[in-house]
Amino acid sequence: MTRRDFVRVGAQGLALAAIPVVFRVNPAAAFSVPAGGDTRLSTFLDHFSVSETDIRQVMGVALERGGDFCDLFFEHRITNWVGLEDEAVNQAYSTIDLGLGIRVLEGDQSGFSFTEELTLQAMKRAARTASRIAKETANAAPEKLAFAETPDYHVIKQPWEQVGIDQKIPYLQKINSNIHSLDKRIIKSRLWFGDQTSYCMIATSDGLIVCDYRPMTQIAASCTAEQGNQREKNGFSLSGRQDLNFYSQVNIDRIAKEAVGRTVRLFDAVKPEAGEMEVVLAAGNSGILLHEAIGHGMEADFNRKGISIFADKINKKVAEDFVSIVDDGTCEHARGSLNVDDEGNNTEKTFLVENGILKSYLHDNISAKHYGVTPTGNGRRQSFRYPPMPRMRCTYMLPGPHTKDEIIASCKKGIYAESFNNGEVHIGAGDFTFYVNSGNLIENGKLTAPIKDINIIGNGPEVLRNIVMVGDDPRLAEGGGMCGKNGQGVPTSMGLPTAKVSAITVGGVSS
Amino acid sequence: MNSKERLALAHWVATEANKNGADEAAVNLSNSRDVSVQFRDRTLEELNESVQNSLSLSIYANHRYSAHTTNDLRKESLERFISEAVAMTKYLSEDEFRTLPDPKHYTGREDIDLQVYDEAYESVTSDERIRIATAIEDAALGHSDRLISCTTGFNDSLYESVKVHSNGFEGVRRGTSFSAGAEATVKGDGDNRPEDWDWRTVRFLKDMPAPEQLGINAVNRALGKLGQKKIESGTYDMIIENRTAGRFIYPLYGPMQASSLQQKNSWLDGKQGERIASDKLTMIDDPFIKSGLGSRLFDGDGIATKQRTIVDKGILKSYYIDWYYGRKMGLEPTVGSSTNLTFGLGNRSLDEMVKGLERGILVTGFIGGNSNSLTGDFSYGIMGKLIENGQVVHPVNEMNISGILVDIWNQLEEMGNDEWVYSSWRRPSMYFKDVQFSGI
Repeated sequence: MTRRDFVRVGAQGLALAAIPVVFRVNPAAAFSVPAGGDTRLSTFLDHFSVSETDIRQVMGVALERGGDFCDLFFEHRITNWVGLEDEAVNQAYSTIDLGLGIRVLEGDQSGFSFTEELTLQAMKRAARTASRIAKETANAAPEKLAFAETPDYHVIKQPWEQVGIDQKIPYLQKINSNIHSLDKRIIKSRLWFGDQTSYCMIATSDGLIVCDYRPMTQIAASCTAEQGNQREKNGFSLSGRQDLNFYSQVNIDRIAKEAVGRTVRLFDAVKPEAGEMEVVLAAGNSGILLHEAIGHGMEADFNRKGISIFADKINKKVAEDFVSIVDDGTCEHARGSLNVDDEGNNTEKTFLVENGILKSYLHDNISAKHYGVTPTGNGRRQSFRYPPMPRMRCTYMLPGPHTKDEIIASCKKGIYAESFNNGEVHIGAGDFTFYVNSGNLIENGKLTAPIKDINIIGNGPEVLRNIVMVGDDPRLAEGGGMCGKNGQGVPTSMGLPTAKVSAITVGGVSS
Repeated sequence: MNSKERLALAHWVATEANKNGADEAAVNLSNSRDVSVQFRDRTLEELNESVQNSLSLSIYANHRYSAHTTNDLRKESLERFISEAVAMTKYLSEDEFRTLPDPKHYTGREDIDLQVYDEAYESVTSDERIRIATAIEDAALGHSDRLISCTTGFNDSLYESVKVHSNGFEGVRRGTSFSAGAEATVKGDGDNRPEDWDWRTVRFLKDMPAPEQLGINAVNRALGKLGQKKIESGTYDMIIENRTAGRFIYPLYGPMQASSLQQKNSWLDGKQGERIASDKLTMIDDPFIKSGLGSRLFDGDGIATKQRTIVDKGILKSYYIDWYYGRKMGLEPTVGSSTNLTFGLGNRSLDEMVKGLERGILVTGFIGGNSNSLTGDFSYGIMGKLIENGQVVHPVNEMNISGILVDIWNQLEEMGNDEWVYSSWRRPSMYFKDVQFSGI
């Protein structure tokens, strides 16, 4: 229960779970979710077997002791994993989660409860529990709920509920056979095919009701290779709010090629010298730097409480003019993107840093009210079992004026960090780390020996100031990143063009 | 639902799975009740209360295997859940090693009271929760003018589960736990806002340290970070404080698991019977500690637990072998995952070890970092204190330690006598010689 925050990325960060056919709350509910209008709302109401009147009644109970606001978060989530191990697709896992989270706000105070039974009686019981935070006279529930249309940033053609396990198995078999044909040194491979479908319906005492349909998928491959008496392992994953078409021939081939390539190159890997040095961050995954160095520190709950090193720094110069960093909920098909956040607010492209100036915190409803601003659509939660809080979505840096070649050539002695598998930050001190599992040394402006297994540690504001070059090659990470905060995990995305930090501490060996 | 009703439902699910075509089935049905309060600025900031259910079903059909979890326990939903789960399993490849455990491993279960249920749980009231959280806050707020923010909390939890296997296993668990503590942030130099925490978890409420102690400790720890800075890279002796040492034990524990070994993903592969650490490391898996946070009479496979020596004076004695990977490897199962881990203790307290340190770093927390389970390469961010001649010179941060696990565990010089009992891994403080630190 510390305030440590972390992100896990890559093939090793998978939780398990999975199945194919179809698990639905209400077997009679239609699969296709209408694009909009009253039909969409009625489809979701049917899906959860509740009526608008039920919802308003539950709100009435939630506000019976007062409270400024309440919201109801209905969720039905089906998660499937199919696994290949020891050359056979021999395991499958699935998880079904269904329930309603109810929150009552009174100023900055919140009462929360959830129920896994969606009967009126059980929902009212949970509402009564959440209402205990308030101690005033009753407020009225809204007389009517207005359905709000939402955008769709991840249009898919085929819902995952319609994709049977028999359709997924050949993908794993194909990737596995590619892996072994690419390099005979591979002695073990493990593959996972995951998909998830979430139906969310969010109703607030402001009289708003929104519905969201959230697909997600991931294929992750990990390999162990043996050469003489040396063994190495690594992996690769692709993930997004996509459908089966995401796994094109090109992508399937890439998964195998990247997983193998990233593994066997470690046979030649060395460790850099320990200490401060220049670090060039490869385009893509290195967005983990932004996530840890600034993203968490800009989540408004930490600032509202005055415990972030970025508290009171809005509108101040924090980086070079060519540094602009956004947290964007609208990136199409990205893991971290959301049509609406878990409080029902539309997402947006929020500038954390614009041309070197710190611009905006990431807000949920509580912090937006506290600061008197519009919510930025960053209120997220792991599931209906948790209250929302400000979280990142897709955090990346806009392109800068330099080229990748220029950046590498400018570095006399340092490292080129390419893939990562976790990071962490301490909000108050601003100290953050990320773990590099592959990259290269840079010597006299050239990439040389591969490196592996080093931790990089720095201070957020200091590292922002030390970003001295930014490339013109922006890229988003492609794998499945999960971000943890206060015990809640949510999928996030990140990205970066090639960028150089002039000095940061690298774990390594003594010279 | 009480235990009897849960058992009846679990048996019904197993029978339904069989009727649908499963040869064998394992069913786990659990229920937990959690209540938590959180205070900040003398205000009840969060009040959370909930009950959650979970049913998991593992299916073995013609040596094909799949596992499924749902919280929708309505009978018509479950019927559909079971039939679909069994139906999809047939698409998977056969795996001759996928079976329920041989029932002989269910026998010999100890008949002892592990004392993991606190009768006092039933009488904890809202007022009591609030009293404890506010007492922690009062102590913290009164302790330093530098305090920027202090969040305190208390939560209590009741967990009940039943486990049924279609080949004859039946087991019930029931336990309570209580957590309390504080997170404090203080004003540092410039923009720096050092933070630290003190949270404890216990089975019995009476074992919780005094609330005042938790509040003051969290603030003192944050104050102890004022003026932190990094120092020169180099080799330093290292003492890891007991509460934070769990992070450093994980890279030793993970590779001991059968799944890691069988998948050739472990630096401990082939090391049973060999020296993997200095003779100061003795590690025992003890499922029977009274009120232990990891105490249990059977493991996730239903196999009766036993006390086992994992590492004896540096020699690796036993792996964590579950039923499935054990069969794949041709090994008898031990236990699938750790219960309570205890360690051979030394004679000195943390204070005494620090006082005896000529020059080194006391690590009070890890930040980020990782280890490679296959090669044993590791690199972790740390924070702590530079010690010279037994005295704290100044706090340090923004530094990494790096090396190879087999080397560093052989550099283990001494274990403290201060077992950390607020975790199932009851580790003491640990003293390592000549560790590679990177800083400036």
